[in-house]
Amino acid sequence: MRYLPKSPAERQEMLAAIGAKSIDELFASIPERFRLKQALKLPGPFSEAEVIQYFKERAAVNAFGYTSFLGAGVYNHLRSVVTDAIIQRGEFLTSYTPYQAEITQGTLQAIFEFQTLMCQLTGQQVANASMWDGSTATTEAVLMAERITGRTRVLVARTLHPEYRDVLTTYAKNSGLHVEEIAYGSDGTLDQNILKSMLKDDVGAVVVQSPNFFGGIEPIAALVDVVHASGALLVTSITEGVSLGLVKPPAEADIVAMEGQSFGLAPSYGGPFVGVLASRDKFVRQMPGRLTGQTIDTDGRRGFVLTLATREQHIRREKATSNICTNQALCALAATVHLTLLGKEGLREMAHQNLSKAQFALDLLTKIPGVKRTFTAPFFNEFTIELPRSARMVNHELLKEKIVGPLPLGPSYPELTKHALVCVTETTTRDDIERLAKGIARALEQPVQ
Amino acid sequence: MAYPTNFRYTKQHEWTDVKGDVATIGITDYAQHELGDVVFAELPKVGAKVEAGKSFGTVESVKAVSEIYSPVTGEVIEANGDLQNTPETINSDPHGAAWLVKVKLANPAELKDLMDATAYEAFIADAEKKKEASA
Amino acid sequence: MSHKIKKATRHTNQNEGLIFEKSSPGKRAFELPPLDVPAADPAKALGPNHRGEGVKDFPEVSEIEVIRHFTRLSTWNYAIDLGMYPLGSCTMKYNPRVNEFVARLDGIATEHPLQPQELSQGCLKILKLLENCLLEITGMEAITLQPAAGAQGELTGLLLIRAYLEKQGNPRKKVLVPDSAHGTNPATAVIAGYDVENIKSESHGQIDVDKLRELVTEDVAALMITNPSTLGIFEERIPEIAEILHAKGALLYMDGANMNALAGIARPGDLGVDVMHLNLHKTFSTPHGGGGPGAGPVAMKKILEPFRPTPILVEKTGHLALEHVRPQSIGKVKAFSGNFGVLVRALAYILAYGPGIRQATEDAVLNANYIRKHLEGTFDLPYSLPSMHEVVFSDALQKRNGVNTMDIAKRLIDYGFHPYTTAFPLIVPGALMIEPTESESKEECDLFIDAMKSIAHEAATDANLVKTAPHTTRVRRLDEVGAARNPILRWDPSRPDKTTVQKKADVAEARHREPAQVTPTA
Repeated sequence: MRYLPKSPAERQEMLAAIGAKSIDELFASIPERFRLKQALKLPGPFSEAEVIQYFKERAAVNAFGYTSFLGAGVYNHLRSVVTDAIIQRGEFLTSYTPYQAEITQGTLQAIFEFQTLMCQLTGQQVANASMWDGSTATTEAVLMAERITGRTRVLVARTLHPEYRDVLTTYAKNSGLHVEEIAYGSDGTLDQNILKSMLKDDVGAVVVQSPNFFGGIEPIAALVDVVHASGALLVTSITEGVSLGLVKPPAEADIVAMEGQSFGLAPSYGGPFVGVLASRDKFVRQMPGRLTGQTIDTDGRRGFVLTLATREQHIRREKATSNICTNQALCALAATVHLTLLGKEGLREMAHQNLSKAQFALDLLTKIPGVKRTFTAPFFNEFTIELPRSARMVNHELLKEKIVGPLPLGPSYPELTKHALVCVTETTTRDDIERLAKGIARALEQPVQ
Repeated sequence: MAYPTNFRYTKQHEWTDVKGDVATIGITDYAQHELGDVVFAELPKVGAKVEAGKSFGTVESVKAVSEIYSPVTGEVIEANGDLQNTPETINSDPHGAAWLVKVKLANPAELKDLMDATAYEAFIADAEKKKEASA
Repeated sequence: MSHKIKKATRHTNQNEGLIFEKSSPGKRAFELPPLDVPAADPAKALGPNHRGEGVKDFPEVSEIEVIRHFTRLSTWNYAIDLGMYPLGSCTMKYNPRVNEFVARLDGIATEHPLQPQELSQGCLKILKLLENCLLEITGMEAITLQPAAGAQGELTGLLLIRAYLEKQGNPRKKVLVPDSAHGTNPATAVIAGYDVENIKSESHGQIDVDKLRELVTEDVAALMITNPSTLGIFEERIPEIAEILHAKGALLYMDGANMNALAGIARPGDLGVDVMHLNLHKTFSTPHGGGGPGAGPVAMKKILEPFRPTPILVEKTGHLALEHVRPQSIGKVKAFSGNFGVLVRALAYILAYGPGIRQATEDAVLNANYIRKHLEGTFDLPYSLPSMHEVVFSDALQKRNGVNTMDIAKRLIDYGFHPYTTAFPLIVPGALMIEPTESESKEECDLFIDAMKSIAHEAATDANLVKTAPHTTRVRRLDEVGAARNPILRWDPSRPDKTTVQKKADVAEARHREPAQVTPTA
């Protein structure tokens, strides 16, 4: 087998050196009745070509070739081939967690750069080496706020991504946290009056996403004072990181949890992505996950090490700030390479294209009779529209034109069954948008089934 | 290092120096030596209640965390703020400048359960012997 | 450097600063196609939310500088592609390149998790086949592929147990964790809302079955076992252990980190395990990438099936579907449906081996025992029961000369290897936990054995050489104490960097450190 570097003769030599007559002797500690007598029923073995053939056949019956207007936490953005050229290097791809700093300075310096970039983007002071994704990063941010304030009541905006709310609920059930939802107002952002009425001195965290699930930008700076006045912490969640190229970062928030998929990671049917957790220096000891710090060696040269490890599971065990061990290091590296390629101007330009194309799409779509803009809040690259009939029916027609239409909101928001979330990025062409508009118009002209 | 004879000691390697109804508490030279270079100490706030035998904070090195167990029951009236900037004092002067907290005693009778310097020195000598035997 | 150390040679790579230090306004590494719609006015569209100028201090460099920067950084790393990682419990095996290729195919990498299910049948088929393969390998009855890593798999497993026990009327209070366990086990139990009770291992490093019998009450929800144990030894009494737990209504959780000793040879489901997680980035070859991503699928017996996290993959007439509504589910543990790209890689690995996966397990156990045989006597072996895929020595013999496991590990670097695991199991003070995996040739194993023997000799005759290792890396021992006392966790242009100026090639430096004393034995 091509992955096993032994010849039959070598195996015999090694057995002889051990003093065993056969390999079965080495498994004698497993009681006989549990040792499998027959081979497992698995497909294969496949040669390299057959492995590729298998996956190409699966790939052929997916959605490649369709034009998509889906966002909702996973975004299609341009990715440079340079990113793969770097992360495919064996020294990055096949390297272990950098516990032995002298021989992993490459990984450690790259993580330090990642931590720096995340602080620059979010306006925070310290960021960790990654969490699993935006949904778990948001949950960990809430748990962190609970540790800091000692309070167990959590207020969560209804406009936080539905799947993120689900994940938080799962973790909260077992952590003694009480999670309540804050309704949104008619402009599509968090209703500040309702927030004020819900805030008492027992709230540990208020969680707001911006841009929110409907695409609207939440007024973070306006929220922070009222949240702090009650002694709670403000957690801001971000699912579309490219927005930070043009939108003010949530620098006033106490903890920021971000999904970094937009920074050079393929959609890949939902993962692997990269979670970002950023906060203030004063909260660093309550932060979960790995942290890389700058230091010097015995000759005074700059180097990097994992630090403040006493927060983590391998030292603190049951008192750790989190159980996280393996994180998303290679994805964080991909994001780091991607962002250094984009650079200051590139990120800004990419964000500007998103904004411009989304505005264009909104204008075009709301010219279709019966199609309305749902919310008035400013938006970045996603917005919500109301259709005169079920969004699912419209999408069914669009599929015939090889268009994956905007996400129907009904399943997650029963009060919004005629509404859909449109996402437009720099990868969406003008032609795509015009085709979408024509397709929706045609679909609405169809007699109701 | 000689262990001050006016201090009392616990099996978890804390010392306490009592004057009137105020006990000053720290960790012993043995403890700091076991821990290695101290990087951080987490101490309770003024007003916090501590209980004899229960943990009230931690002392950290790069690779380990040690709980600090209170020798006495009472209320914290002072915490050593200097240790935030110079935690290494715990290594260099564990019985003096690196005191951790001062506690107003609730139950001075507890002190009789603690070891004196001679008993503590015997206790750690015994611990050392046990370590060598298992090595 | 002496050419007698076959594998090792001095690092001759270049210095490189931080990307921010190479930055200069106006440089660009990436260009976008021109805008094909009217340009929006950001100030008008965003109002007070508008970020006036670009991200402050964000790097501005050219494409070639990015390539050089990261390429230079990469040359400072050790990696599986370069040589063995004898890291116990990490299973650092070869990461097949075809796995990378298939994960990047159009139609695989491009798919959006919320796209219509009728356009995702390819993805769903991949998930279904992987589920079936992992069930076959583990001998379990149901599975979830959602958890993002082993630790998240552990949490999912414990939440499944909690949900099941809750349904029975009482979720119970405690989880038993052996003192030999990986740190994620107790950390996870706490997050799942349980108290942790440690159970001491007996004199052979195994679960103390008599102690277990005492400790298992109706307050105990589960025992978390690793099998083989973190000492690399098979827990022979595992069926008895399962019975003790089941008799009191508790469950047996298995940490599957050591599956590399069992795949194709024995199945945890047959041994009485109720629920377990797998580490795809260990046993199933997905790359570590410097610390992740991984995946931690959880396989279970039928009794736990109703509680699986949503969405659940189901077979309907002629197609597969993901179902989101499951009243008894513990909920979601992660958005969408798992680290799909990692799952693809694991399936590619399984398909390459097919039923022959047993051979990989046999070679892994062969390598570990070969190394054990050759190093027994040179290093202290605290537990002498047969080893499976990993062996744990201790530094007791070398300690007599003041040399500990950390020192030995650092000296191993000079011989061209990554250190073995020093940090655990906690029940072996001064542990040397060695797991070669099946990816190592006899040649590489022999080089490792020679290196370890040489270091043992050095520990006895020239202890200081070992204690001050490594000698051949581009940085020497780094000040971890300083890093923890005064953490510097990001680049900050306002903070002057007092570290030494980095020259492009420290040739003079290297010559000064020409280690004439670095000579191996035989």
